[in-house]
Amino acid sequence: MSITLKDVEHVAKLARLDLSADEKTLFTDQLNAILKYAEQLNALDTSNVAPTTHVLPLVNVMRDDLPHESLPVDQVMLNAPDEEEGHFKVPAVIE
Amino acid sequence: MAITQTDYETVIGLEVHVELHTKTKIFCGCSTSFGAAPNSNTCPVCLGHPGVLPVLNRQAVEYAMKAALALNCKINEDSIFARKNYFYPDSPKAYQISQYERPIGEFGWIDIEVNGEQKRIGITRLHLEEDAGKLTHVEGGAASLVDFNRVGTPLIEIVSEPDLRSPEEARAYLEKLKAIMQYCDVSDVKMEQGSLRCDANISLRPFGQKELGTKAELKNMNSFRGVQRGIEYEQWRQADVLDSGGKVVQETRRWDEAQAKTFSMRSKEEAHDYRYFPDPDLVRMNLDSAWQERVRSSIPELPDERKQRYTEQYGLSSYDAEVITASLALADFFENSLSYTSDAKAVANWMMGDLLAYLNANNLELSGVKVTSQGLGEMIGLIEKGTISGKIAKTVFREMLESGNLPQAIVEEQGLVQISDEGAIRAIVQNVLDANPGPVADVKGGNPKAIGFLVGQVMKESKGKANPGLANKLIAELIEKM
Amino acid sequence: MSLLSIPIHELHNQLVTKQLKVGELLDESYKAIAAREQSVKAFITLNEDAARAQAVEMDATGVPSDAGLLYGLPIGIKDNIVTQGLLTTCASQFLANYQPVFDATVVKKLKMVQTVTVGKLNMDEFAMGGSNENSSYFATRNPWNTEHVPGGSSGGSAAAVAAGEVYFSLGSDTGGSIRQPAAYCGIVGLKPTYGLVSRFGLVAFASSLDQIGPLTKNVEDAAHLLQAIAGYDQHDSTSANVQIPDYASALTGDIKGLRIAVPKEYLGAGIDPQVKEKVLAALKVLEGLGATWEEVSLPHSEYAVATYYLLASSEASSNLARFDGVRYGVRTTSANNLLELYHKSRSEGFGPEVKRRIMLGTYALSSGYYDAYYLKAQQVRTLIKQDFDEVFKTYDVIIGPTAPTTAFKIGEQVNDPLKMYLNDICTIPVNLAGVPAISVPCGLVDGLPVGLQIIGNTFAESTVLRVAHAFEQHTDHHKARPFSS
Repeated sequence: MSITLKDVEHVAKLARLDLSADEKTLFTDQLNAILKYAEQLNALDTSNVAPTTHVLPLVNVMRDDLPHESLPVDQVMLNAPDEEEGHFKVPAVIE
Repeated sequence: MAITQTDYETVIGLEVHVELHTKTKIFCGCSTSFGAAPNSNTCPVCLGHPGVLPVLNRQAVEYAMKAALALNCKINEDSIFARKNYFYPDSPKAYQISQYERPIGEFGWIDIEVNGEQKRIGITRLHLEEDAGKLTHVEGGAASLVDFNRVGTPLIEIVSEPDLRSPEEARAYLEKLKAIMQYCDVSDVKMEQGSLRCDANISLRPFGQKELGTKAELKNMNSFRGVQRGIEYEQWRQADVLDSGGKVVQETRRWDEAQAKTFSMRSKEEAHDYRYFPDPDLVRMNLDSAWQERVRSSIPELPDERKQRYTEQYGLSSYDAEVITASLALADFFENSLSYTSDAKAVANWMMGDLLAYLNANNLELSGVKVTSQGLGEMIGLIEKGTISGKIAKTVFREMLESGNLPQAIVEEQGLVQISDEGAIRAIVQNVLDANPGPVADVKGGNPKAIGFLVGQVMKESKGKANPGLANKLIAELIEKM
Repeated sequence: MSLLSIPIHELHNQLVTKQLKVGELLDESYKAIAAREQSVKAFITLNEDAARAQAVEMDATGVPSDAGLLYGLPIGIKDNIVTQGLLTTCASQFLANYQPVFDATVVKKLKMVQTVTVGKLNMDEFAMGGSNENSSYFATRNPWNTEHVPGGSSGGSAAAVAAGEVYFSLGSDTGGSIRQPAAYCGIVGLKPTYGLVSRFGLVAFASSLDQIGPLTKNVEDAAHLLQAIAGYDQHDSTSANVQIPDYASALTGDIKGLRIAVPKEYLGAGIDPQVKEKVLAALKVLEGLGATWEEVSLPHSEYAVATYYLLASSEASSNLARFDGVRYGVRTTSANNLLELYHKSRSEGFGPEVKRRIMLGTYALSSGYYDAYYLKAQQVRTLIKQDFDEVFKTYDVIIGPTAPTTAFKIGEQVNDPLKMYLNDICTIPVNLAGVPAISVPCGLVDGLPVGLQIIGNTFAESTVLRVAHAFEQHTDHHKARPFSS
């Protein structure tokens, strides 16, 4: 499998990244090198191997349905780049 | 707008979201209360700050299991959460913690009844996930404001098989689903508050064709009626497209209640690619059989079971039983009334008649009126004893709806006690006969219809309080003697 | 001699007996910073005002009777561990202005034992890198030779300890990010078992691999700092609810009968012969103390780097999606609509390595490639973990080099990400297996330190510390310092 400039553009869109023309070329080359390197995994037959998501066998880690104190609104808004009347403000969703 | 084409079969599948009414959010301890000041029910976890981690609310899992079992689903003993990745301002982490592989429930079903016909609708899956925040558009649409109070409210998504064939079936399915959630006590299931939401996938195909047609996904149907009307419109629209030789476009469409139309939600976005993968911040759930049994034993009698019991035990018609059990509040009202009267059919008749007529006319829920089950039960007792007539009872019932007072008190206060004293009624009857020689002559001439008129006059004279049976008897008796 | 070089028990004794004040210790720290920061550049943010105020208050109150050994000690914290009220940037422009509104669990725990936070330490942006050259602010330099990198991603944490600017520090380790800089800077660095230390408040890079751990001048300090931060946390679902032993009491010096496994894959091609020589010399020392060693194989080692980059980048692509400019962080000033807000804020806020990994991870998770990359890597991860399980059936510890070479020169590898990734060949398998490992100094090559890596079984931190301590006590490597102090 080899990754094309078009793939890079598509993936950048999914990841919400703007890439310059140079970056696109560079990433196409570098990602290809990394993915080519990753192809060595195909040498292993893993058809009967369970995937590992967690190294520890933890199950059912859950909490009781008890309320904690929420953050004061001034703390909620402490880092807000833009706000209005206690809301976070963003430019129009639909242009 | 009714479908005009009969060449197509409509195929509908519903995706229903139900907010679980836990006290706190699914992955943090913030309150889920509705209507708080913007962003006041938030914390670093539900705001998606750097470094935070989710911790699962056990109650949300139990509610989801309860719902799944009530919908006849098979529980996945080994269930996991996955991240659904997409950017939107109402999604603080830019991924929603949801389920993909191994959802809590799969392979369920519910039975619906439409036009007297029973049908089983398959449920593909039921999974647990977190709700998103709320966006408000301001400045003429140039900006949006985000409130994260709702983010993290536990939701279950229930996906049906494409087994529904008409808007009526879709509505019946949704109503049955709502009733089951209500009986299980896992959600408020209020469409107007958004605790019950429904999207529909609709496609048409020529009758007899096996493969499905191209579907449209319908959103923004905010009431049961809206669901039915939206689907009705959409099947008409698609039939029109097909008839004119066109092709249905696979897209998301928005139901506009005011215009009674669906509109394409134009989107410049590339096709979604949610990049699901198991959430490494959460460990797997082990929903073993012991836990399942414990949850199962907490499920109360469900609508179908109650309906069957009402027909068998109380002799209610299937239709009446269906209507009454469709709402837990109505069903409980019905049963509680039976502590005060043994006449179940009378209770059902009053509920199906005067009660529902009043609720529908005023667009109210049962909780919006004051009448009590004790009131209805005792009122039926008063009718049985002859204390009040059926006609007076209508006045009494109306009064109970508005004041919540008990019937005995209303009757006494307003002097509505039926006159059953023969002497008193005889005097009124005599006056009426004297004043209406024409009808009296008709009765004598063998026209029994005129008796009804005379009884009516007696009731009018007595302000409705005369015992109608007695009045009838005395009219006949006195005319005989004349 | 600097006050910060005094052994922990002696220092504590001086504080308790009022021969020394917390304020004086802190002075020593800021004095060293004033003298050496210009060449080392370990700190992104100093916490001087708050730290001095805290010291004044502590000295006014006096040492509480139940004060532990860590009381009053100046500590540096890696800048991806959130500190309430103290800027936390992850060395990224995106978070240049980020004021956390809560403390990480480890920071809360440090407050309980009353260490004094000196400042926040430089790192590769979002912990992605092994040289600190990926910091978006400046590159930290190796105190042993400032033309060389300090390693990474916890490069600031390692350099500050080696330069005597703090008593010790906290770092995080996803693929070697504590152990490799500790090795390059000639100090001790411990990556605990996954789940031993809470990740709550550690800005996530790869959630299934990240762990916080101590960087210290010697093994005993590592044991004490680990003691303070380890333990179950109800805010971290992946934290293990296990009994925490007394780590310091494991430092007996006795390793008679210890069975050591030396994987041939860790001493093969790609390992600098001089580094290999130091490791073999270290094994001789351990033999002299009654241990035995044998060569073993971890057959899937060669797949670890590829597995790691697929898994870590995939998780990172999702973990870093929250940096969207809506709720915090630096928002672009030139967005006309929401899509532009996302694209520009993220593109302006992230450096090239972060973008590269987000791209790789997004690709690996995208429709049609999930099975070939992410799932495959998770399956290979299982095989790698099984390699370790197999070896630990027979052996107590696995020993090898921490890194294939000593610290390379700044700028030497920046243009070849893949080559850079291969520096982590000895550390990455440990994260994939989730087991604990420590790096201890085992000598110098051309004036630059070499690290010896001691890997233990799951939750066998005591064993790892005991072996490292025994080695340290019978060598002088840890006494070597880059600055005369």
